[in-house]
Amino acid sequence: MTDDKDVLRDVWFGRIPTCFTLYQDEITEREAEPYYLLLPRVSYLTLVTDKVKKHFQKVMRQEDISEIWFEYEGTPLKWHYPIGLLFDLLASSSALPWNITVHFKSFPEKDLLHCPSKDAIEAHFMSCVKEADALKHKSQVINEMQKKDHKQLWMGLQNDRFDQFWAINRKLMEYPAEENGFRYIPFRIYQTTTERPFIQKLFRPVAADGQLHTLGDLLKDTCPSAITPEDGEKKNQVLIHGIEPMLETPLQWLSEHLSYPDNFLHISIIPQPTD
Amino acid sequence: MPNSALWAVDLFGKVHTLSTAGQYWELCKDSQLEFKRVSAATQCCWGIACDNQVYVYVCASDVPIRCREEAYENQGWTYAIDFPATYTRDKKWNSCVRRRRWIRYRRYKSRDTWAKIPSKDDPEQLPDPFNDLSVGGWEITDEPVGRLSVWAVSLQGKVWYREDVNHPNPEGSSWSLMDTPGEVVQISCGPHDLLWATLWEGQALVREGINRNNPKGSSWSIVEPPTSENGIMHVSVGVGVVWAVTKDRKVWFRRGINSHNPCGTSWIEMVGEMTMVNVGLNDQVWGIGCEDRAIYFRQGVTQSELSGKTWKAIIASREYDRSHSGSSSSLLSAGCFFGDEVRGSGESCAPSDTDASSEAERPGPDQPGPAGSVDSPRNPRDSLALGSGSGRTTEPAEEETTGPAIQTPGLEPHPGPASTLAELPWTNIDLKEPKRAPSHPAAGFPEASGLSTLGLLPLGLEEPYGADDHPLWAWVSGGGCAVEPHTVLKWFTVQSGLSPSMQTLSMSITPAQTAAWRKQIFQQLTERTKRELENFRHYEQAVEQSVWVKTGALQWWCDWKPHKWVDVRVALEQFTGLDGARDSILFIYYVVHEEKKYIHVFLNEVTVLVPVLNETKHSFALYTPERTRQRWPVRLAAATEQDMNDWLALLNLSCCESRRVHGRPSPQAIWSVTCKGDIFVSEPSPDLEAPEHMLPCDQMFWRQMGGHLRVVEANGQGVVWGIGYDHTAWVYTGGYGGGCFQGLASSTSNIYTQSDVKCVYIYENQRWNPVTGYSSRGLPTDRYMWSDASGLQECTKAGTKPPSLQWTWVSDWAVDFSVPGGTDQEGWQYASDFPASYHGYKTMKDFVRRRCWARKCKLVTTGPWLEVAPLTLADVSIIPERPGADRSGHNIALWAVSDKGDVLCRLGVSELNPAGSSWLHVGTDQPFTSVSIGACHQVWAVARDGSAFYRGSVSPAQPAGDCWYHIPSPTKQRLKQVSVGQTSVYALDENGNLWYRQGVTPSYPQGSSWEHVSNNVRRVSVGPLDQVWVIANKVQGSHSLSRGTVCHRTGVRPREPKGQGWDYGIGVSKAGLGLHGHSVCAGTWHQGWWEAPDSPSGMLDLPVSPLGPWQPWVTRLSPSRGAGITSPSGPMPPEPSGAGPRRELPSAVWSRASPGHPHRWPGPRRRPLAPSAAKAASRTRKQAARRCEGSRVICEPSRLSH
Repeated sequence: MTDDKDVLRDVWFGRIPTCFTLYQDEITEREAEPYYLLLPRVSYLTLVTDKVKKHFQKVMRQEDISEIWFEYEGTPLKWHYPIGLLFDLLASSSALPWNITVHFKSFPEKDLLHCPSKDAIEAHFMSCVKEADALKHKSQVINEMQKKDHKQLWMGLQNDRFDQFWAINRKLMEYPAEENGFRYIPFRIYQTTTERPFIQKLFRPVAADGQLHTLGDLLKDTCPSAITPEDGEKKNQVLIHGIEPMLETPLQWLSEHLSYPDNFLHISIIPQPTD
Repeated sequence: MPNSALWAVDLFGKVHTLSTAGQYWELCKDSQLEFKRVSAATQCCWGIACDNQVYVYVCASDVPIRCREEAYENQGWTYAIDFPATYTRDKKWNSCVRRRRWIRYRRYKSRDTWAKIPSKDDPEQLPDPFNDLSVGGWEITDEPVGRLSVWAVSLQGKVWYREDVNHPNPEGSSWSLMDTPGEVVQISCGPHDLLWATLWEGQALVREGINRNNPKGSSWSIVEPPTSENGIMHVSVGVGVVWAVTKDRKVWFRRGINSHNPCGTSWIEMVGEMTMVNVGLNDQVWGIGCEDRAIYFRQGVTQSELSGKTWKAIIASREYDRSHSGSSSSLLSAGCFFGDEVRGSGESCAPSDTDASSEAERPGPDQPGPAGSVDSPRNPRDSLALGSGSGRTTEPAEEETTGPAIQTPGLEPHPGPASTLAELPWTNIDLKEPKRAPSHPAAGFPEASGLSTLGLLPLGLEEPYGADDHPLWAWVSGGGCAVEPHTVLKWFTVQSGLSPSMQTLSMSITPAQTAAWRKQIFQQLTERTKRELENFRHYEQAVEQSVWVKTGALQWWCDWKPHKWVDVRVALEQFTGLDGARDSILFIYYVVHEEKKYIHVFLNEVTVLVPVLNETKHSFALYTPERTRQRWPVRLAAATEQDMNDWLALLNLSCCESRRVHGRPSPQAIWSVTCKGDIFVSEPSPDLEAPEHMLPCDQMFWRQMGGHLRVVEANGQGVVWGIGYDHTAWVYTGGYGGGCFQGLASSTSNIYTQSDVKCVYIYENQRWNPVTGYSSRGLPTDRYMWSDASGLQECTKAGTKPPSLQWTWVSDWAVDFSVPGGTDQEGWQYASDFPASYHGYKTMKDFVRRRCWARKCKLVTTGPWLEVAPLTLADVSIIPERPGADRSGHNIALWAVSDKGDVLCRLGVSELNPAGSSWLHVGTDQPFTSVSIGACHQVWAVARDGSAFYRGSVSPAQPAGDCWYHIPSPTKQRLKQVSVGQTSVYALDENGNLWYRQGVTPSYPQGSSWEHVSNNVRRVSVGPLDQVWVIANKVQGSHSLSRGTVCHRTGVRPREPKGQGWDYGIGVSKAGLGLHGHSVCAGTWHQGWWEAPDSPSGMLDLPVSPLGPWQPWVTRLSPSRGAGITSPSGPMPPEPSGAGPRRELPSAVWSRASPGHPHRWPGPRRRPLAPSAAKAASRTRKQAARRCEGSRVICEPSRLSH
C-alpha cells in the first residue's frame, strides 16, 4: 500500500463485528436470538441498526416497545458518537465480537439524546460537518456547496457509498496552496477517565515558525497527561480508527485522512491494556 | 520550471539564489567575490562586484556552448578559376586554385562561475566604473539564440549597451555609449521592449523605439515622478509593468503601460516601504523592505491584476556553507555533472577562455581573443594551426577539432550502395565525446545528480536560522525566477523535515513514502482490518449496497439529421453485483417528436471517454466498440467545465471500476496521445495475449491520464517520457489521475502542475494595386484579408480565440519571422497570386503578399509528470525492453534531440530513476531533428540537412557510442524522420516517401541503400518486432476521405521485412475534421496518435496503432483485426496467412541469423566460415534454433504475470 487514497478506503470500510443481545429484563414472547452484524466504524448506531430493531421487535409485544437504545457493559452508547469512536473508547481491549445490549425500556434520559428519526441523525451529522468547516475554512467551502451536495454527503454516509461521499467531501479537505493546511484542525479528544465529555480547542496545523504541528504537539497542548514522559512507562493509548498513529504524524495529514465523515478527528485516549 | 531561481545579494555582498522549488537560500559558488548588484536572466546572471568590475555567471547546462569556426586553406591549383568565385566540385580544365575547409569548435568554458567582463576593450571610453546594470530583452527576438540586452550605468551617469550578447557569445563583445538627456543613476530593462532609467534629478527616462531590428531603441522620453518633492530613486520594468520607488521609500505602480505607450499614464501608490523593487519573469515583483531588509514577494500578480495583492516576506533560511556546497548550488541542474567542463575549475573568478587575460598567458597566434573571433575576419592561419593540433595539449577540453571536412571533388563519387565505411568522408566527426566516459567522476561529487538534488534539501539536518540570523538583503533580481500562478512556493514557511510536502520535494520518481509515521499507519490499518474483519466475514453487513443513481441535465449531439445539440436528462445507475463488482448503466432520456425515448450505454463496454474541448462547448465523447465501428460516439455536453469534469471523472471511475482497473498503470501499459495533447493509457489484459481469442483493438479500454503532451514514449518497463508542445521534457512519476480527474480518480502523490504553451497562427494577406501599393483591399475573389493558413477561414486578430477554453492567451499577436521561405524585414512573404509559393523578397511579378502572426497560448493542468529540466527536446527515443529480460540495475538507453538540434544521450535512466541523472552531449557537425534507438542499441538519427546518420558502437558499456557514420539521403530527398525496430530501419522524407534501409546486417549495421516503400506517409513507427505502422496523409475510404489514418504494414515477415502492402486502419473522415487539419504527431511505436474529434461530427478511431510494449504487439500482427475499421460497409479482408502463428515472428530471424547469440546484435563482424566448419555450424544452428524456440516461450507475452 503506497497511496494515501487507500487510507481513505480503509478508514471508510472499517467494520466492527457486533453481537446484539436483548437486555434480559425486556419482556419477550419468545426467546430472542442474538443478532450479528458488521457495523461500519464511520456510521452511527441508530443509522445502521434497523435490522436489529426489526429482529428483536419480532419477539416482543407492541406495547413493550419504546425507543431503542444500546448499552455496553453498563454504559449507554451515545448514538451521536461515531460507532468506531464508541468502540475504541469503550471496548477496544475486549474480545470480538463486540457485545452490545439492546434496550427498549428505561431510556437513560440523562445520558442519551433521543433519536426520533433519521432526520435527527442527519441534522446532527450536518451540523458537525458545518462546524468542522467553520474551523477549517471559515465555513467558506460548505457554504459554497449546494443543497444537493450536502444531501450527497449524507446519502453517501447513509448508504455506505464511499465514492458518492468522497466526490463531495474532497472539497472539504482542500486548502489554499499558499497555506500549509487548514485554519484550525477540527478534533475532539475523548477520555474515559474524566467527566468531561471531550476536549475541543482551536489548534492550527502549522506553528508560527512554519513547522507543521504533529499529533504529539496537539496532545502536549490539549491533553498533556496523555503523553508518556520520556523516561516513564506508557500508560495510555491514543487511538483513531482503532490504530495508534505515531506522535510524529503531521496533524494536517491526519485531519485529511483519518477524520470521520463528520470531518472531525475523534481521538480516544484510553488506559494502556495491562496484559 | 523547477530550477528557475531568485537571485539576491545580502548586505555583505554575498550572492544567494533561491530556487522556486526550494526553500533555502544557497550561497553562490564563487564565495570570494562580493557583489553590489546582480541582474538575472534564466540562463545567466550579470553583476557588478565590489571591485566595480562587471561579471557574468553563465549557468551550466548539459549542452556545451560551442561556436563553430571555419577556415579555408587555399592552395594554388584548386578548382575555381580564381578567388573569389563559385567553387564547384568537379575538377575542370580551367581550375587552378583549390581550397579546403577546416572546421573547429570553440567551447565556452567559464560556466557556473563568475567570469570577469574585461573592461579594457574600450580604454578611452570607459574611465569610470559601473554603478548599475540590467539584463533583459530576451523576448524581443529569437535570433540569434539567447540574445540579451545588457545595459549599464556608470558612476558618471552615462548609459552603456553591451553589444552582441547571445548564447554562443555570453559575454558580448564591447560596450557602446548611449546618449542620454541627463545623468542616469539606475536602469531597468524588461524582457520585451520596455527600458526605463532613473535620472539624478528624480525623473524617469523611458526608451522608445526598441524593437526587433533595433534592440537599442531610438529616443528617450521623460516621465515625471509621482510627487515633485520626492523624486524617483529606483525603477523596475517587466513585459507590461513599471514599478518605482521614490526617495521617501514609497512604492509606485505605473498605470497604462502597453507596447504602444511605454510611458504609461499615471502613478498609483502601493502599500509598503521598500528600498528597491524588482520585476521578474511573468511580471512578478520582489522588493526589499525598508525597515527589516527582508525580501518581499508580491502575491497575487496575474495578467489581469498586474499590481498584485499583498507583500509577503520570504522567510526561507540560508543553507549555510556546507562541505559540499560546491556541488549543491541550485543552478547545478541535473546532469551538469557530466557537463562539458573539466571539473575543478571552480576557483573564483576564473577567466573565460575568451578572456583577454588568458590570451596573455598563452602568447602567440594560437588563441584568438574574443574580439578577434567575433568581430574581425578570422585569420585562417590561426585556425589552421589549431586545427592541426599545435598548442592544444594544455587545454584539451576547450576545443574540438573536427576537420578537415574536405570540400574537394576527389572524394566524391556519391557513395553508392556498395560504399564501405572507410569511404564515407564523415567518419569520426566527433573524437572528443567518447573520452568523457562516465567513469571519470572525481570522488567527492555525488554519484548522480538525483542525489545532489537531495543534498539540497537537508531533511531536518539543518537547523533553521533563528530570528536573529535572518539575513539582511541589499539587492534582489527575479529575471531568472519563473513564478506562475499555479507555482506553489515554499519560501514563506519553515517546514519540518517530516512533512509530506518535504517528501514531494525530495522525491525520486518512485513514490517514496518513506516516513515512519506513514508506514505505521498503513501497516496498522492493514492489521486492524485483519483483526476486526478476518474471522467475521460471514456476518451480515449493516448497510445493504443499493442501486445508486446520479442524474443531471446535459446536452446530447443527436443521432438523427439534422444533427444538433438537444437537451437531455441523463442518469447513471450503479449497482453492485454479488461478487462485489460494480456495474453501471448510463441512460440518456430525450424527446423527439413529443415522444419520450432513451438510449443507454453499459459502462463496462465503454472503451474510451474523450474530452472534446473547443471554443464554445464543454463536451465529451463516449466510445464503445460498436460506436467505434459506426464512427458515431455518444457526445454529451455540460453547461460548465466543472460539471463536465464531474461527469467525466464519475464516468471514468465507473468504467475503471467495472473493468477493475485502478491505481497506477502497469509498466507494460500502452501509452498514446491524441493530436489534442490528451494522454491515454491502456492495460494489456491477459485476454489480449491469449491466442485462441484475441481481443480486437477496438475493444481495448483506454483511460485518460492527466497532463498535456505532444509526444509520449514508453519502454514497456515503466519508463515513460513525454515532450510538450513547448518542447519541455517530462518524465512519468508513477502517479495517476490529475487534470480533470481529482479526488478518488487521482493519486495523492506524484501529481504535479504541468503547463504547455503553443502558438496560434493567423495570416494577414494583402494585394498590390497600382494606386495604393499593397493594401488590405483584395479582389472580390480573394481570400479573407485575415485568414488561416489555407485562406479559407477568416481569422482576425480580435476574433481568433485560443483552441479551447482550457487555453488562455499569454502574449499579444506578433509577427512570425521564422516561416518557411523566409520573410522581409517586416515579416512579409511575396507571391504572384494566392495561393502560391511564397518567398521572402519582393519581385516585379509579385502581386500579393502575406505575413504570419503568432500568438502564444498556455494551458495549465496537472498530471503525473515532472519536468526534466533544463533542456527542451524535439524528439526522444527509449530502447524497447523485453519483459522477460532481467533489467534490474541496468541503465536504460535513452536518446533525444534538443529543440536546438543537439543530440543527447541520457545517463542513469533506470526503472527506479526513470528521469535519469544527466545528459551526455553527443557532438554533431550540424543540428539534428530526429533520433531513434532500436532494440539492439542501433542509434539512427536525421540531421537538419536531411541526411541520416548511424551512431557506431553504442552499447550499455559505451552509451554514447563512438562516432557518426554519414548515410546519404535518398537521391534528391531530404529525410525528416527515422525509426528503428529490432532490425529494420525506416526513414521518411519531407515529401512523404517512406524508405526502407536495405542491407542492414549485424555486421554491417549501416546498410547499403534506401529502397522506396511507399508515398503518402506522414509519420512512421517501427515496433520492436519490426512491425511497421504509419500515419498516412490521405486515404480514400468507401465513404469519405480520411486524414491522419493509422495504417499497418501487412505481410511483414522474417524473410520479407519490407512487407507487402498497407492495411488501412483507423482514421478520421474528412467530414469529421474542421477545415484545418491538425499537425500530426505520431511518434515511435510506443506512442499512438489519433485525431480527436474537434467538431460535432468528428470522430475518434480506436485503438491507435503502435500498441505499446511488446506483448500486445504479438497479437497485433493480425492487421485487419488490429485496425478493426477498414471500411464499415465492406467485409473484413482475410487475414494474411502468415500473420497469426508466432513461429513467423520477425524477431526469429535474428535468432536464427546469429545462432547462439539470439540477443546479441549487432554482433562482431563475422567472417565466412571455412567449408569444414560450415557443416558443424549448420548443426549448431539447428540446435540453437531449437533452443531459441524453447527460450522464446519464456519471453512469450502470455507468461506475463497478471
